Amino acid sequence: MKRFAQLIQELELSNKTNDKIEALVAYFNEADDRDKPYVIAMFTGKKPKRPVNTALIKQWAIELSQLPEWLFTESYHNVGDLSETIALVLPPAAQNIAKPLHQWVAELAELAQKDDEAKKTYVTNAWNSLNTQERFIFNKLISGNFRIGVSNKMLVNAIAKQTRQESSKIMHSIMGKWQPHKITYEALTSGSHVNTDNSWPYPFCLAYALDTKPENLGDPAAWQAEWKWDGIRGQIVKRNGELFIWSRGEELVTEQFPELHFLKDELEDGIVLDGEILSVKEGKVQSFSTLQQRLNRKTISKTQLQHAPIGFFTYDILEYQGEDIRQYPLAQRRTLLASLVEKLETKQIVMLSPLVAFATWEELAEQRLNSRAINSEGIMLKKLDSVFHTGRKRGDWWKWKINPYTVDTVMIYAQKGSGRRANFYTDYTFAVRDGNQLITIAKAYSGLTDKEIKEVNSFVNKNAIEKFGPVRTVKPELVFEIAFEGIAESKRHKAGLALRFPRIARWRKDKKADEINTLEDLKQLLVAAETLKP
Amino acid sequence: MAIIKFTNKGIYCPQGNFYIDPWHPVDYAVTTHGHADHVKWGNKNYLCHELTKPILQQRYGLSDNVQTLPYHEEIDINGVKLSLHPAGHVIGSAQVKLAYKGEICVVSGDYKIEYDGISTAFEPVKCHTFVTESTFGLPIYHWQPQELIFEQMRDWIAINHLKGKTSILIAYSLGKAQRLIKNLAGNYPIYVHQSIANLNDGFKAAGVDLPNTIRITSETKKEEMQKGVVIVPPALADGKWIKSLQQPATGICSGWMMVRAGRRWRSADAGFALSDHADWPGLLTAIKATGAEKVFVTHGSSAVFAKYLNEIGIGAEEVTTKYGSDDDESLINLIENTN
Repeated sequence: MKRFAQLIQELELSNKTNDKIEALVAYFNEADDRDKPYVIAMFTGKKPKRPVNTALIKQWAIELSQLPEWLFTESYHNVGDLSETIALVLPPAAQNIAKPLHQWVAELAELAQKDDEAKKTYVTNAWNSLNTQERFIFNKLISGNFRIGVSNKMLVNAIAKQTRQESSKIMHSIMGKWQPHKITYEALTSGSHVNTDNSWPYPFCLAYALDTKPENLGDPAAWQAEWKWDGIRGQIVKRNGELFIWSRGEELVTEQFPELHFLKDELEDGIVLDGEILSVKEGKVQSFSTLQQRLNRKTISKTQLQHAPIGFFTYDILEYQGEDIRQYPLAQRRTLLASLVEKLETKQIVMLSPLVAFATWEELAEQRLNSRAINSEGIMLKKLDSVFHTGRKRGDWWKWKINPYTVDTVMIYAQKGSGRRANFYTDYTFAVRDGNQLITIAKAYSGLTDKEIKEVNSFVNKNAIEKFGPVRTVKPELVFEIAFEGIAESKRHKAGLALRFPRIARWRKDKKADEINTLEDLKQLLVAAETLKP
Repeated sequence: MAIIKFTNKGIYCPQGNFYIDPWHPVDYAVTTHGHADHVKWGNKNYLCHELTKPILQQRYGLSDNVQTLPYHEEIDINGVKLSLHPAGHVIGSAQVKLAYKGEICVVSGDYKIEYDGISTAFEPVKCHTFVTESTFGLPIYHWQPQELIFEQMRDWIAINHLKGKTSILIAYSLGKAQRLIKNLAGNYPIYVHQSIANLNDGFKAAGVDLPNTIRITSETKKEEMQKGVVIVPPALADGKWIKSLQQPATGICSGWMMVRAGRRWRSADAGFALSDHADWPGLLTAIKATGAEKVFVTHGSSAVFAKYLNEIGIGAEEVTTKYGSDDDESLINLIENTN
C-alpha cells in the first residue's frame, strides 16, 4: 500500500498531465503485479461491493476521535470528503502494519460477509495501524469512490506507454468486463480477455465545439450536418446473440431501456451502432427533462414507460459483420447504416438520425435556429470522409450548438463545495424577483474563476447569517447571469418551473439586485418554448 | 471593571487607556507581532517586543514612536502591569499579559506551541482571561513535527535538483521565510526575494542569528538558482517571474496544505503543511495551560471553537475582530500587501 500511497500523493501534488502520466508509468513499472488490476479498476470507477456502510464508519470514527458529532460534521464540511475527514480527525496510529494493496482489498471483500462487531474490530484496528495518508486510502478502498483526477484517457495513455502498446487497444481492454481478482495485469493489458467478451464497445469519437465561423471549414459539400441531440450518447452492441447498450460514461445500461431490446432479434450479429438515447414519442424527440424520468432507475414503472418512451437515433455504425469498420469514410458508413435501419421491422423506435440538408453555410446557420423547436441543441458537423476517431480529435467533427438562454438573478444562499472546492463557498442558489419576494430558480456551482470564487467567498463570510453547517443565507446583493439550455414546468419547484443545465455565465458586477429578471419573464419564456414545439 | 473590552477599534484596556493590535489608529497601541493584520499604520505610539521593532522600521518606516520591551519585563501603565511573553509565532511575537487588581488577562495574538528554531519558544502564562486565535480551530488540523516536514522538503528539493528543476518555496516574508532559512541552510544556497532580504537585514542588525542568504536581483543567474532554493512571498506565487525560471517547481508552505482541497486549490507542485499557528491539539493545550476561566476566541473557526470549549467546560465566547484578513494563513489567496 505504501507504493500506492506514494502514487496518490504524486498524482495529487502535480497539476501537469505529463507529470501524472510519468507517475503512473513509474507505478506500473515498480508496483506488485497483483496490485495493478485493482488500481486500474479503482481509477476507472469499477466499484466492488461496499463492505461496510458509511453510517457505521462515521459512527466508529466519531467514537474513536472522541469528538461530538456536530464537530465531526463541521470538520467534514471543511474537508469536503468523508474518507479524508476520518483520516484527519483520528488520533495518531499506535503501530504500523504494511500490507500490499491487493491484500487489503481481498480482506475488505471478505469483511462484507462478517457481522458488525467483526467489521468494527477490523476497521478500527486498521485505522490504528496506518498513517494519515494510508488511512485516507484505506477509507477510499471501503467507499470505492476513488476520484483522484485521473481520467480514463490519462490512465490508458500511461498503460499504453508502460506496455508499449496502442492506446486504443488498452482502452478496449480496460473498458470491457473483467474482475480485478480474476485477471493478471499482463492478461488485462494484452487484451486477451476481451476476445471472449461480447460486450465491449468502442471508444467514442468526440467532437470539439466549433470555435470559428463555419465558413472557415471550407466547401460545404465536404461536410455532413446532423441535429445535435440532447440525450444520452450510447452504443448498441449486438454480438453472438447478445445485446448490450453502453452509455458514454462506459456504463452498461441495457436493462434500463427495454424498448430497445427488440434489436436482439432484429439486428444481425457483429453490429455496433452509435447514436443518442432519447425519449421519442411517435417519432418525435422529447425534451431532456422527459428523458430524465428514465435515467438511473433500478425499476421502471408502467407510467414511466408511457410518459417517457425511449428511442434511439443512430448516426454511425462502427462494426459490421464482426468487422471493425471505423476506418471507412463516414459517407460509406452512413449508407450502410441507412440500409440496416431500413430493414428493421419495428419502426419508429430506432431511427436514422436525419441529416440537415444545406448548400451554403448561411443556409445551415438559418436551419440551426430551428434547433430548439425540435428539442435539438444545435448542429453536428462531420466531414464526409472522416474516420471514427478514438476520443476527441480536432478537425473532422464539430458541434455547433445554439446559444443558451440567459437570466439575471441574485444569489441568496451559498454552500461549501466538496473536493477541490471544500472550505470555499462555491455552490450557490439564485433567485429572481416575484413581486416583493425573491423566489429560488436555480442552483449552480460552475462558471466562476478561482479568483471570483475567492471574492464571493469573502462576501459570504462577511454577510452570512448562520454560523454552523455548510449553508449560508446571504444578503441578496450579488447579481449573476445564469445560462441554461431549456425551461420546463415543474410541480416540485416553488417557482413552478425548472431550468435545464443552469450554470453561471457571468458575474454581473455592473448590475444591482433590483435589476434582475422576474418570475414573469421566465413564465413568458416557458410559454414561448411550449409554442415552439411541434 | 474588566481589564479589556472589545471595541470597534480593537482590544481596549480602559484602565491603561491603550489598545492591543487596534485596526483603527489610536494614541497608544501595543503590538503583538509584525504581521499586517496586527499592525496598522498611523498610531501615535507603539509598544512592542524589541525584535518586532526592526519589522515596524522596515515595513512602516516607524522608529521614534516605537517603544520596546524585552520578554518578561514588567512595566506599569496607570496601575496596569504589562509584560510581554513569547508567543512562538514569528520572530518578536509576544503574548501581552495585563494584571490589574489581582486580575490577569493574556492577549495572545497569534501563536504556535512547537519551537520553530528561530522564534523564541511559546510559554504558557497563567491567567484568568485568555484571548486566543482559532485559525486552525478544527480537529482536522494536526501538524507533523517540523523535523519530519523539513525532511520531506529536503527530499523534494533533492529530487528537483536531480531533475534539473528549480525549487521555489512560497512562504510569507515575515516568519515562515526565516523559519525555512534557519532549517534548510547549509546544504545549498538560498535565494530570497527582496521583501524577505530586507527583513533579514533588519533582523541581523538587531542581533538575530540568521544564516546567510542571497538577495535576488535582476543580475541573479537563473542557472544558479536552479542549483539552490528560492524563497518568495505568496504574492509572486502565480506570477510571470516564477514561470521564467528554469523548470520551476513550486512548493507552498502553509497549514492549509494539510487538507487535500487546500493543496489542490492552489496550482502548486507541492504543499507542505508547515504552519506558524497552533494546530487543534496545540490550541487546546495552550488554553488549558493558562488555567483561564474565560476564553475569548478571535479570528479563524471562532464560532465552532468557542462552542467546543464551552462543551468541555471552559467558558468561551466568540469575538469579532479584523485579524486574520492580511495574514497569509488566514487568507485563501495568500496576498501580501507590503513591499
